[in-house]
Amino acid sequence: MKFGQPSTLPRWAQLTVLPALNLLAALLVTGFVTWMIGEDPWECLQLLVSGAFGSGEGIGYTLFYTTGFIFTGLAVATAFHAGLFNIGGEGQAYLAGLGVTLVVLAFDHTLPPLVLVPLCILAAMGFGAAWAFIPGWLQARRGSHIVVTTIMFNFIAYSLMLYLIGHHLIEAGSQNPTTREFGQAAWIPAIHQVAAGMGISLPSTPLNLTFVMALLACGLFYLLVWHSRWGFQLRTVGVNESAARYAGISVSKTIILAMCVSGALSGFAAVNELLGSTHRMNVSFTNGVGFVGIAVALMGRNHPVGIILSALLFGGLTQGGLELSFEKPVITREMIIFIQGLIILFCGALENLFEPFIAGLFKRKEDK
Amino acid sequence: MEQLFSLLDSTIRVATPLVLAALAGMFSERSGVVDIGLEGKMLVAAFAAAAAAFVTHSPWLGLLAGIMASVSLAMVHAFVSVTYNGNQLISGMAINTIASGITPVLGLAWFQQGGNTPQLDDDSRFHDISLPFADALSNVPVIGHLYSKLLSGHSILVYLTVLIIPVVSWVVYRSRFGLRLRAVGENPHAADTAGVSVARVRYIALFWGGVLCGVAGTFLSVYQTGSFIKEMTAGKGFLALAALIFGKWRPLPAVLGCLLFAFADALQIRLEGVDLPIVGQIPSQAIQVIPYVLTVLLLAGFVGRAVAPKAIGVPFVKSR
Repeated sequence: MKFGQPSTLPRWAQLTVLPALNLLAALLVTGFVTWMIGEDPWECLQLLVSGAFGSGEGIGYTLFYTTGFIFTGLAVATAFHAGLFNIGGEGQAYLAGLGVTLVVLAFDHTLPPLVLVPLCILAAMGFGAAWAFIPGWLQARRGSHIVVTTIMFNFIAYSLMLYLIGHHLIEAGSQNPTTREFGQAAWIPAIHQVAAGMGISLPSTPLNLTFVMALLACGLFYLLVWHSRWGFQLRTVGVNESAARYAGISVSKTIILAMCVSGALSGFAAVNELLGSTHRMNVSFTNGVGFVGIAVALMGRNHPVGIILSALLFGGLTQGGLELSFEKPVITREMIIFIQGLIILFCGALENLFEPFIAGLFKRKEDK
Repeated sequence: MEQLFSLLDSTIRVATPLVLAALAGMFSERSGVVDIGLEGKMLVAAFAAAAAAFVTHSPWLGLLAGIMASVSLAMVHAFVSVTYNGNQLISGMAINTIASGITPVLGLAWFQQGGNTPQLDDDSRFHDISLPFADALSNVPVIGHLYSKLLSGHSILVYLTVLIIPVVSWVVYRSRFGLRLRAVGENPHAADTAGVSVARVRYIALFWGGVLCGVAGTFLSVYQTGSFIKEMTAGKGFLALAALIFGKWRPLPAVLGCLLFAFADALQIRLEGVDLPIVGQIPSQAIQVIPYVLTVLLLAGFVGRAVAPKAIGVPFVKSR
């Protein structure tokens, strides 16, 4: 996907200095708004950081949020590498949650965990991929723009789920639009439980084994995108479609497959949330995880290491932001959404904004 | 008959902000700049308008504040898309996210009501206006009903919107600016060669788009609900985008698209819990989803073909 103005900086500076400056710009604007609403930005930043990383419990929650963001970040990045902007992560994660829920509600009292959990994961991947397949297919074969289609698919997913949860999946006799609690067989073990089994005591948090899967997924993503035949095709299509076609790559097949992989990755966000934490599905379980993925991928520049770091940043922002909102009632969790928007603006739309300034510095050094 | 009138009456109310936003999107997209930030611009406008109207007790100052807030976001989008050649989709996404984050934060800090603004009193809101002789004619069958029940009794913003539609249509198809607008959206290089400043045209298009979104947002908060409510646009910006595509980027068909979606919405509220013959109860979600499904089908070419302006989404880099 083509971005803004080209950069002439060395690659390492492009990958470190520019995102850091962009992040700083986003934080400065946030600081200004914080000051405007009558709070001390510096104090708030300290509260935020200590809320996210200052205690074992805080770190646990931070890493739990990070897990979902890594998956949706990888999802958006996969599509980006093929030149596609997948805004539909939210809807894909939502539908993946449906897949998980259907499997759990059908089998959680009959199948053992070792069969049930993988089955749920497959269902999540399948449903997520299927929901991404349609926009992918429409883009590749019918020429409809993926961005508009995925936006529309988010709304369609939302209406569909509202209907399904409200009319069919709702727990009998319940007023809240949620399903019944999943049977224990479908719970993915939390990290503190696993650690307790090995004799290590950790504070109890929703951080679960999905986190390990997220790290594995990052490794796989790296190998797939940069060291496989398919990854080469993917990136070629992303850089220049006509060149790819000329080289004998099936562009439409690559696009469709990229979207399916993207949707399947988004699906893991539902696994993390439903099987790892809430153990029941409600109407708002995705809570914007798909949208955060966009910011994560943009800031991480579509590289797994960058994605882990920026997912950690957003995980920290989410957890620290919640802690901060307890301390400072005037600062709500929407502040985090605002920061997220600024990061999308500075790291995505204006990614090389500070490039001329930095390039000037580099040039002077070379001249000496 | 009464039923039908009230149905059409609410169609007009629901359609007004959609029409304004769709026309805003048309300006932007006809100039070649994708605008998925309609939602965000409407949202900040709704907030700024309600906040200003509450403080100043004047709906008109509210409208002004709404327009200013929306235009400033539009100018951010213009800077990214035109001056910086950045990614327009990402910029639009950022605008939506920023808007849904900043409005409740400021709302809570300024008014301490959970991110909403306080209910506006009667003086600070736009009101329904009775057209002349509406009362006198209300008993005349058909025409009188039509006039007094349907045409009369809307906000000034509704009548303003009705006036805006032909104006926009004229601007796009008949004015000099419209010609340039369409040229820049279809082939910016040709327009550039002909001596048209692509950047200038795009900035102006986005500016007017911002103004229209500002009016749309103000309509929601200062007229319809009488206060700003968190996330009150609730996808209306995307619905307007859908209508714009549905109208194939042309003003009048886009307005018709808005009316159609608004009609479906008004109908859905009346069908809630009603048993229809053969199909039984229609879940409200099934009707809500119609515009989105239609847009997908249209974009895929299954119902006609939606042809976007050719240069849409592509930053213009002057050839040397």
